[in-house]
Amino acid sequence: MQFRTRAIHVGNEPCPQTGAVVPPLHLATTFVQPGAGEWGEFDYSRSGNPTRKAFETTLASLEGGVGALAFSTGMAATHCVIASLKSGDHVVAGSDIYGGSYRLLHKIANRAGINVTLVDTNDLAKVEAAITPATKLVWIESPGNPRMSITDIDACAKLAHRHGALLGIDSTFATPVLTRPLELGADIVMHSATKYIGGHSDAMGGALVVRDAALLKELYFVQNATGAVMGPLESYLCSRGLKTLELRVREQCRTAQALAEWLASHPRVARVLYPGLSGHPGHELAHRQMGGQFGAMMSFEIRGDLAAGKRFAESTKLFSLAVSLGAVESLIEQPASMSHASYDATDRAKHGIADGLIRLSVGLEAFEDLRDDLESAFAAV
Amino acid sequence: MSQVQMSRPKTAADEPTVSPALPTADQQFATVAVHAGEARQKPGDSITDPIFCASTYTFENTQSIIDFIEQDQQREEYGRYGNPGERVVERKLAALEGGEDAVLYSSGMAALVGLLMAKLSAGDEVIFFDECYHRSREFCTKHLGRFGVTTRQVKTCDYAAMEAAITPKTRMLISESPTNPHLSVIDLERFAEIGRKRGVDTLIDATLATPYNLRPIAAGIDFVLHSATKYLGGHNDLLAGTVIGSKEKMEPVRNLRGIMGAVNGPQNCYLLGRGLKTFELRMQRHNENGMMVAEFLAGHPRIERVYYPGLPSHPYYEIARKTMRGFGGLVTFLVKDADWRATADVIDAVKIPRIAPSLGGVESLIEQPLVMSYYQQTPEARKQFGIYDNMIRMSCGIESADDLIADLGQALDATA
Repeated sequence: MQFRTRAIHVGNEPCPQTGAVVPPLHLATTFVQPGAGEWGEFDYSRSGNPTRKAFETTLASLEGGVGALAFSTGMAATHCVIASLKSGDHVVAGSDIYGGSYRLLHKIANRAGINVTLVDTNDLAKVEAAITPATKLVWIESPGNPRMSITDIDACAKLAHRHGALLGIDSTFATPVLTRPLELGADIVMHSATKYIGGHSDAMGGALVVRDAALLKELYFVQNATGAVMGPLESYLCSRGLKTLELRVREQCRTAQALAEWLASHPRVARVLYPGLSGHPGHELAHRQMGGQFGAMMSFEIRGDLAAGKRFAESTKLFSLAVSLGAVESLIEQPASMSHASYDATDRAKHGIADGLIRLSVGLEAFEDLRDDLESAFAAV
Repeated sequence: MSQVQMSRPKTAADEPTVSPALPTADQQFATVAVHAGEARQKPGDSITDPIFCASTYTFENTQSIIDFIEQDQQREEYGRYGNPGERVVERKLAALEGGEDAVLYSSGMAALVGLLMAKLSAGDEVIFFDECYHRSREFCTKHLGRFGVTTRQVKTCDYAAMEAAITPKTRMLISESPTNPHLSVIDLERFAEIGRKRGVDTLIDATLATPYNLRPIAAGIDFVLHSATKYLGGHNDLLAGTVIGSKEKMEPVRNLRGIMGAVNGPQNCYLLGRGLKTFELRMQRHNENGMMVAEFLAGHPRIERVYYPGLPSHPYYEIARKTMRGFGGLVTFLVKDADWRATADVIDAVKIPRIAPSLGGVESLIEQPLVMSYYQQTPEARKQFGIYDNMIRMSCGIESADDLIADLGQALDATA
């Protein structure tokens, strides 16, 4: 079955008791067991829940993994990976990653004696140079956040494996519609399901999908022991979101491409960071790795100072000023003061997160309406 | 103190308690679907509307109740008269349909019953085209009669017969478009003109078309009805119905709903609004899949006939092509030289579409009208309604058309 058919049917078999075409939402915290010491498929909802399982099954099919684990947030999913490491282990992570991941690695993981080196993962020589005998995990994001840098997943996987490390990737921006990292050699795919997977700005969630059954078991052990599981209602909404995932992502990509091209030729814009533009350093690689579409996230710098950027972000009428991304509603934000405020100021500067940078999450509205909205914001600055 | 009277139920078009989103007249359909009806700044600064589960709403003191009544204030009172989330989705539906006011019900049938009960009195007559949902027919013929309302059926698309059936007591002309399951398409302007000329309201059940494919109000129709359970909700996970029309004509309809009480629940309203955000994308895919499946079936040697308004062979192709943007996901077809059992075998052999009533969701569904809806009717009645033993109705979801076609192909081959 093709991707969009699996998104609707895999994991969503009609209820065998009632025939309900959509499986029921199981809010139960606990499940009646066949006998003392005999265990059914589900026992306690932290350990497993039918509604969560349905979502995990669909997502695993879409990513081409052996299984998936759903978490209460994307950070809980990333934390599960970090919590599977031990004191003395080393992580090599990309420099263009979500501020929350940066914070987790630098301010939480370090307390457990896990060391981190940030590198520009576009430069494979730098990645290799950062690897030490203690490196257990290479953690990348592609496209990166907020600079939309593109990392070669296949090459990073080979490199990590050569040094006995796992490759984990935050694939939130790409979604399985555009990139399936497990097929390219990655070991762990992480999603903030809050974004495109849920897709409607109304459910918090995270997910890990893996290629190897032993690794799945190990991560499940951590998940069950630490307990940050996705709730049943969120699981239901994420499953509902997956059914339109391909339609949404492809349409959002088309609109984003048109907006990026329009912005690139706008006199008030200094530069646009979007992998779909031929001038973007990752364009060729993105074309190969993302199947001809480039995502619906972009950043751009407007000509003007920090205050001008702030005014611009506050002047749109359709784009709402908010962090998060990936939903049907278009959002706008200023990374330096919002999504990446948890970076140290010096690291922000070092990693190219300029104060005047504006990040857009392109939603499902019509291109013409979004373009007109940005044009009126330029006029207001 | 003035006499305490029942407050006027507020219409969806009334000013909401928070400022609505941008005016929608100049926005494109996709943008309307995402934003229309919603406040730009929502309670709690949420990007999405909160779900108000409250059944009732508090007043600060006695004077505030009196002010509410005397000043006809726009605010919530009791859940049966309205819910903030329901108003959001009503405004969104009205905007998508291009109507002034949408009233939401707990199901499509509740919407039909709610409208007719509000508009008809003992002694009145209604006339409807005979191809229609069998429960709509049942309500009109069996139940309206109990209240002294006479129902006349005329052959679908026989406009002269409809006009001839009008008497001074006729209050409503009713049709589906496209009809279920034959997918006949009504000439809406002609239908509306008959009503206007004779001073009779017109109602189109456009469930199968949706506001993406058909614009009955622009053609002069007074009331548009949808089972929102279908394409509008779109995920086979909620029941809802709506009637849309002018504010003036909808006022008694809204009033009666507040008394009869067939309102939808807050969670359902939320899921309906959520479904509407992807409405255009889903409809585009349903239209594509419907057309591809219809074309595949039309060229298949085991198929006797395909009913799909997008096929040039369809009797109403010309009017469909002129009035519809797309032709929807519902495809009805006859299996060649098959009795009811051989037809059932085809249905039992498909793997992707689920065997179930309903339509319009992301999951494809398939059914045999004879078995699903007309099993207890006499052969004569079935013949009268054009329900054949070898008829199959398929609701194409948004799966890959290639997968659906391959599945139908294998089912037809396996049972040949």
